[in-house]
Amino acid sequence: MRQSVLLLYVAMAVVTYLPRMLPLVVLSRINMPAWLMRWLSFVPVAVLAALLSPDLLLVSEGDARVLWISPANPRLLAAIPTFFVALRTRNLYAPVITGLCTIFILNLVF
Amino acid sequence: MESLCSRQQSYQDLTVYTGIRSALPIVMGYLPIGAAYGMLARQAGLSTAEVVAMSFIVFAGSSQFIAVGMIAAGVNAWAIVFTTFLVNLRHLLMSAALSVSMRRISRPLQALLAFWITDESFAVCSTTLNGRQATAQFVAGLQVTAYLAWAGGSLAGAVLGGMASGLTDLGIDYALPAMFIALLMMQMRERMSVVIAVLSAVFSLIFAIYVPGNFNVILATLLSATVGVLLSK
Repeated sequence: MRQSVLLLYVAMAVVTYLPRMLPLVVLSRINMPAWLMRWLSFVPVAVLAALLSPDLLLVSEGDARVLWISPANPRLLAAIPTFFVALRTRNLYAPVITGLCTIFILNLVF
Repeated sequence: MESLCSRQQSYQDLTVYTGIRSALPIVMGYLPIGAAYGMLARQAGLSTAEVVAMSFIVFAGSSQFIAVGMIAAGVNAWAIVFTTFLVNLRHLLMSAALSVSMRRISRPLQALLAFWITDESFAVCSTTLNGRQATAQFVAGLQVTAYLAWAGGSLAGAVLGGMASGLTDLGIDYALPAMFIALLMMQMRERMSVVIAVLSAVFSLIFAIYVPGNFNVILATLLSATVGVLLSK
């Protein structure tokens, strides 16, 4: 392995690690005000929704990302049965299996 | 709705096995996406050892893809490091949120476990905990399983090339959005969760389309969590 590449990785690792580590180590020792605790309790829902929506609804066109709301969008289409199974079962596996089976079928059909 | 959710989760002990089991959907997503990264990284001129080393040392999916693109384009190393920093800043928020549920874990262990925080492990971890305090065994089981899947996928992609990345064409990487849908539904515990989810999803789309540089998750989360606090007063 080239030394320059290793140095690049170490620098990337440091700037990636610090934002992962500092809030956890510092904030868990502090008594936070109620509003901040409430704010932090909203972070998982907000992060999940923010990760999911572009994955289902956007497509890359060159450098740009554009909306693709159409029945021809397999990722959007497969989300529908996944969503209903998730709503009914509220576990992790049934929706994942549903989503995977649907996307396999759609990829075979289209 | 609420009783279903809590009944299912309260019976799960937070052992290392629970952590490993909870990581399985992540594994299904990380293997093919890791393979796609491994193949691209080889094409960008990295050796197999260098491909896998990045997954072990940096361990940050989207920024590894971006770094590989920049390496292929011959971009200056400092620019790669700075971009990596910006792309991974969103973990600040996840780390802060985990600080509430990792209070019983010692400081050195917190600092160790923090290395493995990813979007996916954070989402699974906070949903499974459902307000409980985490155990180090559970978090480690979850995160290290995901870590090994990512490194394993990278290795497979680097060695097998197109053969491994055929998994992505099949759509196995869809395990991750499907998992996010499942986690999101499990998080719908109060009306405010629905409001925040919808807001954040829309904000994220707008930022992803109009703001260059992968800031959509961090900006959408900051905005929608703030609106949530303001509305719940």
